[in-house]
Amino acid sequence: MFSRILVSGLFAGFAAGLIAAGLQLVFVQPILLQAELYESGQITHFGAAETGAAVAAGGGIDLLRDGLSVLFTTLIYTGYALVLVAAMALAEDRGVGITVRQGLLWGLAGFASVQFAPAVGLPPELPGSAAAEMGLRQAWWFGTVGATAAGIALIAFGKGWTARAVAAVLILAPHAIGAPHPETFAGPVPPELAGMFAGRALGVGAVAWVLLGLFAARFWIREGERAEDTPRTA
Amino acid sequence: MTAQTQSRVWIPTNLVAIALCAFIGLAIVGIAGHAQTTALHDAAHDTRHAAGFPCH
Repeated sequence: MFSRILVSGLFAGFAAGLIAAGLQLVFVQPILLQAELYESGQITHFGAAETGAAVAAGGGIDLLRDGLSVLFTTLIYTGYALVLVAAMALAEDRGVGITVRQGLLWGLAGFASVQFAPAVGLPPELPGSAAAEMGLRQAWWFGTVGATAAGIALIAFGKGWTARAVAAVLILAPHAIGAPHPETFAGPVPPELAGMFAGRALGVGAVAWVLLGLFAARFWIREGERAEDTPRTA
Repeated sequence: MTAQTQSRVWIPTNLVAIALCAFIGLAIVGIAGHAQTTALHDAAHDTRHAAGFPCH
């Protein structure tokens, strides 16, 4: 069981992570690079900088920086994949079958928990955005991811109205409490750029998570079949 | 009797494997995505922003 989860998670996470990294470099990175120019004061909001054209032109390739981004993106998606496949293993252990098509739903649920729900309170932020204290934001982020994932699991696998009511409370509570925000929004980055960044970061996340769900289910099923084919020696 | 013994041993082993893998996955996301060490933060900077993690 351990090696089946580990192997499926590593393959699925690596594959989805590479795709996510590629999409991020093409669609998200140029916006981030522009934002850094505002953050450092090299260009200013309401100045004459042709930011839109610069974003469309892309940011070029910085081998070390982009290489590290590819490495860390694949690493993080591998982490996601191990948790996702472990959850699939738990479901199967409890008699819930997994198909590749259902992997799509698992991926969507992962996206909703890990990226979409926290983004409702703390949209993916550009360098230079005004933000509340780091520790508070991290606490809210982890709490929201955990509560949303638990809520979605209850909707998917729970029985009866009590489970659904608890799920609704879990999903809504972080937003009723509210994400930590700074007292004033006075970041140097234009809101158009910040909006574009949040939209694209979420879009890339959605694609990568759906693929992660499909890959995770595919490899999980394949590794299971392989284990059955192998004669038991011990 | 045999089936009972087997199921008693089998289910906890699965749960331990599941918990261990989930823990490894969470640790990877925690360290690569959220740890605030300067070297890690700088190396993972762009990834953290794109993933929507609180970064700095």
